Amino acid sequence: MAINFLYPEYEIVRKESRCIACRACENQCAHGAHEFLADKGVMTCDESKCVNCHRCVCICPTRALKIVKSGNAYKQNANWGQRTVDELYRQADSGGVLLSSMGNPQNYPVYFDKILLNASQVTNPSIDPLREPMETRCALGAKPHRIERDKKGNIKNNLPPQLKLSMPILFSAMSYGSISYNAHESLARAAQELGIYYNTGEGGLHEDFYKYGKNTVVQVASGRFGVHSGYLNAGAAVEIKMGQGAKPGIGGHLPGTKIVGDIARTRMIPEGTDAISPAPHHDIYSIEDLRQLVYSLKEATDYKLPVIVKIAAVHNITAIASGIARSGADIIAIDGFRGGTGAAPTRIRDHVGIPIELALASVDKRLRDEGIRDNVSLVVGGSIRSSADIVKAVALGADAVYIASAALLALGCHLCRSCQTGKCNWGIATQIPQLTKRLNPDIGCKRLVNLLSAWKHEIQEMMGGMGINSIEALKGNRLMLRGIGLNERELAVLGIKHAGE
Amino acid sequence: MKRVYVNENWCLGCRLCEYHCAFAESRQKDMARALRGVKINPAIRIEANNGISFAVSCRHCKQPLCVKACITGALHITNGIITADKARCVGCYTCILSCPFGAISQNETGVIQKCELCTASHGSPACVKGCPNNALVYEERE
Repeated sequence: MAINFLYPEYEIVRKESRCIACRACENQCAHGAHEFLADKGVMTCDESKCVNCHRCVCICPTRALKIVKSGNAYKQNANWGQRTVDELYRQADSGGVLLSSMGNPQNYPVYFDKILLNASQVTNPSIDPLREPMETRCALGAKPHRIERDKKGNIKNNLPPQLKLSMPILFSAMSYGSISYNAHESLARAAQELGIYYNTGEGGLHEDFYKYGKNTVVQVASGRFGVHSGYLNAGAAVEIKMGQGAKPGIGGHLPGTKIVGDIARTRMIPEGTDAISPAPHHDIYSIEDLRQLVYSLKEATDYKLPVIVKIAAVHNITAIASGIARSGADIIAIDGFRGGTGAAPTRIRDHVGIPIELALASVDKRLRDEGIRDNVSLVVGGSIRSSADIVKAVALGADAVYIASAALLALGCHLCRSCQTGKCNWGIATQIPQLTKRLNPDIGCKRLVNLLSAWKHEIQEMMGGMGINSIEALKGNRLMLRGIGLNERELAVLGIKHAGE
Repeated sequence: MKRVYVNENWCLGCRLCEYHCAFAESRQKDMARALRGVKINPAIRIEANNGISFAVSCRHCKQPLCVKACITGALHITNGIITADKARCVGCYTCILSCPFGAISQNETGVIQKCELCTASHGSPACVKGCPNNALVYEERE
């Protein structure tokens, strides 16, 4: 047997004085890290199998378990870090491209954490959201440039189709296949209860979920999986996926082993075949081509639904967004480089794309400078982690935000970043029936509703503190933001002043 | 009357209901202290086969065969809950034989034990509180 270069990254610590050998950890670990030794009557574990998903830690009724970082260390080296060396060993072992999942975990600056919010003192009163109305509703879609009147002088309704949200949040695209039926049901039910939207992703819409259509954004991606007239018209908006923040320039590949039963049917492809989404849309090589698809989809949906174009935040984002704003699209969704994924090549996830804060600020400014900001609404995603991130994003110019990783965390995800194994112990990123049943949509929906209700309260509190009583009045209000520890260039791109200025 | 109902769609077969039952029965404060090194004998049991699992405990039937079968009057109905008077039980196990659900068992001293919904000790069933996936619910149904 070849030498194993890799020492387990985590250790499972079992407090023997608390373990009652109930074997719940063994039952719940799909990776087989725990085992009951019947002859000795004790539990044991193999930490080399542990992915650090914390399912056992959470399920243990006596809190006998915890996971700690393994103390094993290479000789210290500021250049060759532990992760770099481990990844090199892994590739020398396998000869393969490294795969990862969820968002970019590398230590790049998080600009949201370097921006501070304003509050009112003395000269402008703050507002108490518990006593006074505080509007968080917003509408996404193109806004008319001018008022039109009929012959009698009455105002004509020339408002293009809009998405109406109770708060500036949508669940972003995660396909049925990449996540489970129960995860989709949790998102759909929560979106309906909250008065917001969830997104089918590129895997089509399961027939059971057509009833949530009013709160659904249906996606058309490069693989065109599950797209048909009924699908397009089932949703409240259609999204063309051009790119994804976790893997700009890269397509998708759902292995044939996951294309089973309902997933094959929903995607409209034979069971067991790989679902390959090409990197580009093969019919789109220019803004003009994009315009054709935008209008094809509008034609197919009788001009009743807004069309979203989703792109990854890349270097040329402002020019691309400017083109999209002229393509007839109603909404531009931009996904930053920290956005999540069910599987992406590690190097792409960790090294391609730009931070959403910078992309958003640049795009909002460019569209305003060109006088086409009202052509589109801007939705941004790519690691929105809290209500404070949302308030900052809106003040930077976003109309709303997309959240996905945060929603999965509410459903139990512990960011172990092992989605690509297909053995998610929390029943989210898996299609194994024994695992998917672990996510009861009654509980999942409730937790999502709790999270977003809490965020809504927090958004109202922060707005009230700033003396603003409507989310629309906060939009693009960069005077409410100050940078901390940012250089001149960063402040210029963000279009904000430094704290103290 | 509120009863414990099981939904096998959500049962993970983790057996935490069994341990919470045994812990509730121990009347102790700390589960680790109560159950460490103990072979539990709970009044609720997981049945599992072929990927399907569910918990079985007393159904508290409206016309219970066990009560009818009891030769000493140890089993009786109090406010709809079928309870066992351990002092009167002689260990004939006729109730175990007659229960169609297999929900009655014997305890360490040889008399019978069964789920009494934790009403006397904890107010509501400990198995339901301990179920991590709402596979067990305690509710009123027709």
